[in-house]
Amino acid sequence: MLDWWLPENVSTYGQEIDWLFHLIYYITGVTFVLVFVTMLAFIVMYRDRPGRRAKYTHGNTTLEIVWTVVPALILVILTILSVPAWSRIKMTMPETDFVVQVTAKQFNWQVTYPGADGKFGTADDKMLLDEMHVPVNKVVRVILKSQDVIHSFFVPQFRMKQDAVPGHEIRQWFEATKPGKYEWPCAELCGFGHSGMRGWIYVHTADEYGKWAAENLTAEAAPAAAPAEQPKSAAAEPKKEEKAKK
Amino acid sequence: MSTASAHAHVAHAEHHELGFVRTYIFSTDHKMIARQFLFMGLIMMVLGGLLALVVRWQLAWPETAVPGLGGILKETGGILEPSTYNMAFTMHATIMIFFVIMPILAGSFGNFCIPLMIGARDMAFPFLNMLSFWVTASAGVIMLSGFFVEGGHAAAGWTSYAPLSAVPSYTGVNWGQNIWCISLFTMGIGSMMGSINYITTIINMRAPGMRLFRMPLVIWSLFITAILLLLALPVLTSGVAMLLFDRTLGTNWFKPAGGGEPLLWQHLFWYFGHPEVYILILPAMGIASEILPVFCRKPIFGYHAMAFSMIGIAFLSWIVYGHHMFVSGMNPALGMAFTVTTMIIAVPSAIKTFNWLGTMWGARMQYTVPMLNTLAFVSMFVIGGLSGIFMASTPVDIYIQDTYFIVAHIHYVVFGGSIFGAFAAIYYWFPKMFGRMTNVALGHLHFWPTFVFFNLTFFPMHIIGVGGQMRRIYNPMQYEFLQHQQWWNVFITYSALLLGLSQVPFVINFFWSLFAGKKAPMNPWNANTLEWTAPSPPPHLNWGPTLPTVYRGPYEYSSPESKEDFLPQTTPPVGAGGARRH
Repeated sequence: MLDWWLPENVSTYGQEIDWLFHLIYYITGVTFVLVFVTMLAFIVMYRDRPGRRAKYTHGNTTLEIVWTVVPALILVILTILSVPAWSRIKMTMPETDFVVQVTAKQFNWQVTYPGADGKFGTADDKMLLDEMHVPVNKVVRVILKSQDVIHSFFVPQFRMKQDAVPGHEIRQWFEATKPGKYEWPCAELCGFGHSGMRGWIYVHTADEYGKWAAENLTAEAAPAAAPAEQPKSAAAEPKKEEKAKK
Repeated sequence: MSTASAHAHVAHAEHHELGFVRTYIFSTDHKMIARQFLFMGLIMMVLGGLLALVVRWQLAWPETAVPGLGGILKETGGILEPSTYNMAFTMHATIMIFFVIMPILAGSFGNFCIPLMIGARDMAFPFLNMLSFWVTASAGVIMLSGFFVEGGHAAAGWTSYAPLSAVPSYTGVNWGQNIWCISLFTMGIGSMMGSINYITTIINMRAPGMRLFRMPLVIWSLFITAILLLLALPVLTSGVAMLLFDRTLGTNWFKPAGGGEPLLWQHLFWYFGHPEVYILILPAMGIASEILPVFCRKPIFGYHAMAFSMIGIAFLSWIVYGHHMFVSGMNPALGMAFTVTTMIIAVPSAIKTFNWLGTMWGARMQYTVPMLNTLAFVSMFVIGGLSGIFMASTPVDIYIQDTYFIVAHIHYVVFGGSIFGAFAAIYYWFPKMFGRMTNVALGHLHFWPTFVFFNLTFFPMHIIGVGGQMRRIYNPMQYEFLQHQQWWNVFITYSALLLGLSQVPFVINFFWSLFAGKKAPMNPWNANTLEWTAPSPPPHLNWGPTLPTVYRGPYEYSSPESKEDFLPQTTPPVGAGGARRH
């Protein structure tokens, strides 16, 4: 019943996460039922009744070995299943030509598109506030930064979450599988405006996206205010190596 | 002090020898210090609980006036502002962890049980023990003072992630956060004094015959907790000092603008913070392992497995902390390593659970109030342990990190585990600590509603967490994807209010029993361990001229050696002198 509450998944790796979630849900669910049924049975069977003495036993080595090895094996299997998925989601970066830069700040997501030249930090960069538009079935690379405190990029329907850390440039990716409008909250406490810090991610079909990009990302449509943020974020970037690489 | 007047009734032998101040306030007697820690923890629990209810009110009925807060939040007429809300949950967690559970479990029961159960007259360093309490109590007073400064108390969460916590303008909190640092720094010093004392006492001051593997498991748990406290808390202590320097002296440990590293704070915090979780739960595990055999009238199942699994947990607790940081921006390869260790640490917890079940098998269970609380501990810990496996799996953690699923998990472990353990311990040792029995009817009236409303409060948090509700948000209704499950928040808040109400019988029982409870006999539960061979309450220096001698393990219940169903550790073997082995 817990899993009914999962929001609809619309990303490629979300399926893997949901599969693992369900697997763990059933394993822990069965364990829970077994332990509780045993416990309740013992509570009823072994209640204090006159004329009966408790068993005098200090333990049983075979049992100890069994209930050490069995959980250990289950956990080893879960680890083996978890690690490759983790590696695909967080440690590898699929090739893509679609890159956006997201800079979090109290209390907005600033989304930067590289513009026609495909480079960030140039005059034709396009900036949007609290909204991101992406095509469906396309790997989107996100370069995640923060201007002030730690925020967390969370899209429930994508099963995606990554903290944005000031001083770091963290590369992430997702691939949405269904067009729509998805809520994009901040998941890490970032100050008094944390609650309500959210944007929207619009997943368009390829055609629609092309239309949207033509209208909004071409030079003429660019709002003038955009480049103001650039020098600041460059200054906030210390000499450290990036932490999250491919 | 109210604690002092309450203690007047349970005053004892040394009353005429030492003055009032030396007996009740600056006492070096471990039992008095235990009572002081207990009172401190219980008083702070009222505050921590009320803060939780304030948080719950806001989540169920966002931005409506909280009843009773109109007088305090005059400007808004009792409506919480986001910054006040952040302060409320930050202080709820800070108070509950550092000033309720640690003082009650490690502080109070550590002090009370260690000398009495290993057969010592007092702690190794009684003066240091007194100092430890007063330093901790000062830390509590410092923490409370933060509510009265301009800008309010700390509001960056109990984890106080930098740079949110490191730069006053990010939260608008100035002295509140500084006071938070100073208080925890002070508390760290107090805790260090206590832990050194516990370790020294357990190693050096055991009664004749009290070999390490004849020690009650609660002593094992407190011993291991003390080691964790000694090694983990200084990391937090240095961390908060660095944070305070960043805030006040212009250092840049955690501020990227000056070349600092925000993740350093998380590494320091969780390097302390994960052992801390076990500092909160290990004593409760010990308490459960102690009370279960007594009321099962049966030896603990797998004594050695129990002791070694606690040692295992202690070692592993140092190398799992990274699971708090899977999506923090830490190198994801490190995340993989922490998955492995986190999965491993589930094994000793599983061993403990199965051994508790083993203890119940073939038992003759007496459902006393401490036993009911212990059974609640075991069952709630199972749920808390199982929900932890979701987080250990890194891909799943990506989704549930920072959601209410985590909130549900920690409350199953820390409330369902530690607090039920604390209630069990209070009901179990109350007769020894205060010389009077608690009222059984009131005990049931406390336990049953607490157990039911605890589950109705915290279980649905798993569900809304899976639905995606984030922690620490002020108003779930601001998010479209959360609106359909808002009724759960209302349901949880009603349950939480009833859970709070369920504590009233406990308060009545506690104070009524303190003054008017039936006088406790020396060994009301027919238990084996040494504290039950001292009078109730034990006098100064615990025993008469001779200390008890230990001949056997602590859990010889229903042993064929004895006609009765218990066999105290001090009973010499038949045909004395011979069989020392047991």
